[in-house]
Amino acid sequence: MTAYIIRRLLYTIPVVFGVLLTTFLLFNIVGGDVTDRIAGRAASAETRAEIRAEYGWDKPLFFSWDSQFIRHMTNAATFRFGRSWIDREPIIDKIRRGAGPSLMLTVPMFVGTLAISVSLALAVAFLRGTWFDKIAVVVCVAGMSLPFLSFILFGQYFLAYKWGLFPVYFWPDLSPPQYLALPVLIGIAAGLGSNVRFYRTVMLDEMDADYVRTAFAKGLGPAGVLFKHVLKNGMIPILTRVVLAVPFLFLGALLLERFFGIPGLGYLMIEAIGARDFQVINAMTYIGAVLFVGFNLLTDICYCLVDPRVSLE
Amino acid sequence: MNNAPGKSESSPVARGIWSDAVGRIRKNRLAMACAVVIAAYILLVGFIYIAELFCLDSSLIDWKEIVGPGYRRPGSDFVLGTDFLGRSVLRKTLYGAKISLTVAFWASLISLAIGVPLGAIAGYFRGLADELIVWLYTTLSSIPYILLVLAFALVLKDKTLALRLAGTDIFRFELVGITTVYMAIGLTGWVGVCRLIRGEVIKHKDRQYVTAARSYGCGNARIITRHIIPNVFHLVIISFSLRFVTFIQAEVILSFLGLGEKNRPSWGAMIDAARLDLPKGYWWEMAAATGGIFFISLALNIFGDALRDSLDPKLRIQ
Repeated sequence: MTAYIIRRLLYTIPVVFGVLLTTFLLFNIVGGDVTDRIAGRAASAETRAEIRAEYGWDKPLFFSWDSQFIRHMTNAATFRFGRSWIDREPIIDKIRRGAGPSLMLTVPMFVGTLAISVSLALAVAFLRGTWFDKIAVVVCVAGMSLPFLSFILFGQYFLAYKWGLFPVYFWPDLSPPQYLALPVLIGIAAGLGSNVRFYRTVMLDEMDADYVRTAFAKGLGPAGVLFKHVLKNGMIPILTRVVLAVPFLFLGALLLERFFGIPGLGYLMIEAIGARDFQVINAMTYIGAVLFVGFNLLTDICYCLVDPRVSLE
Repeated sequence: MNNAPGKSESSPVARGIWSDAVGRIRKNRLAMACAVVIAAYILLVGFIYIAELFCLDSSLIDWKEIVGPGYRRPGSDFVLGTDFLGRSVLRKTLYGAKISLTVAFWASLISLAIGVPLGAIAGYFRGLADELIVWLYTTLSSIPYILLVLAFALVLKDKTLALRLAGTDIFRFELVGITTVYMAIGLTGWVGVCRLIRGEVIKHKDRQYVTAARSYGCGNARIITRHIIPNVFHLVIISFSLRFVTFIQAEVILSFLGLGEKNRPSWGAMIDAARLDLPKGYWWEMAAATGGIFFISLALNIFGDALRDSLDPKLRIQ
């Protein structure tokens, strides 16, 4: 158990190194020296040299003790990503400020989607083969096929603008539940299709198992079988799904925050894309990857706790 | 891999995995309807390509033409209404299919060209090559997909790939518009197929047919390309019929964020344009682009599932 966790921890080192290498290749080699873009056309030679020195573009790429790659690694390790090109604010401050509003949006959305889709999936799996099940599957696939942007735009247009049920846009005077309600609702609605369909498959795999028949045979009611037996045994695929969904929260937050003006990380990224601010995207990619690696590690440890048979090959 | 026992008794002629699958999928009416929808999209895109190539004077592809006053509601004159300049929304939507399917096609091709060879090498040779390739795709899959695609698209945008030899360009490739989009999607989308092929090749490489091929002197390259890949390729097709949807939706988001096609109508760009029109009550451009994306995605989703069920009975979802 301890040996497994240690080996699993060590395995994250080459992965994080790979992520840093990827972002370095993308932003420092392919993206390259963008002094001209930052400085503008009329800048003097001294200004250019200053900018080059600040971002380290005057140094060699790899083979030197103060090379750009070493700098890239140490910056990432210490979470010092330099300043944004737009307003000269340190990027890490921007990220720290954005994390709160983003989490306030994504956490309720995520928990809501999970709770609703797992319960729906249990109900659908219990009624498998009936017309209710068939309709549910078709509705799920249809929901998956609709673009996320359409959910957001039509949701905002009808629910907030036309019918006035929610505020249309973020406003500092509004309380969080007021301005977050609609984006959370839209996020849940857009995610239900693929989630219900996935959990239904998980539950159906379990419904055919012998222990379910045994549980019914000993006289347990449907609720007892579903929540006590099926749900518990479906935990492993559910756990995996929960972790795999975390990176997708970024996508959801990205577009939802853009449309509802929520000053979170997604909004920060949209701004950075508009301004071609590579440094911000670099920092976000790295933090996103580190979070993903961390969550992955966490699931594997959870597996190990839930199912003692799991071990690293 | 073979037929169901009951069927093979009635038909003594051996049937391959493909004819078997086609037979099974033909009975599925919903899947056939979806196949018709997919074929219609492909025919439409093929027609637009041919018409552009031969400069055919077809009003269908002339999306630039101003057909009436701006912001006309859908009705008998204009089936899907007109946009702010008075261009036909119907023509723009149809043209958007071309951009979208082209992107998905090239992105699939690029990710296949990277994923299949890498997966086969990793699974067949194992050892150091395997560890390197697994490390490479674990790394890429650790970065949340949308961030990775965004980073690639942002960096590749307006770059020129040039191979210079003795001062002259022998190969030049400008990354503008949709080229950036499909390069970004293709270069990041190969991880899944690589993982799939690697797993299958590991399963297959000790099977008897591979041993037999080796025993009469086939080299490794021949065993991989002529024996193993044809036996696992149906899984690639299934995975791509479903992955195509992801590619189409990724194109929509990249175009919407302004990283894609600027000068021609794509569905993402249409949604971006319609975003500002929606509060004024001009809903039809938004609805048309949504419909264009929805029908192809729905058809591909249902058809991909049916294909999976008919090709791979083990993976069948109840």
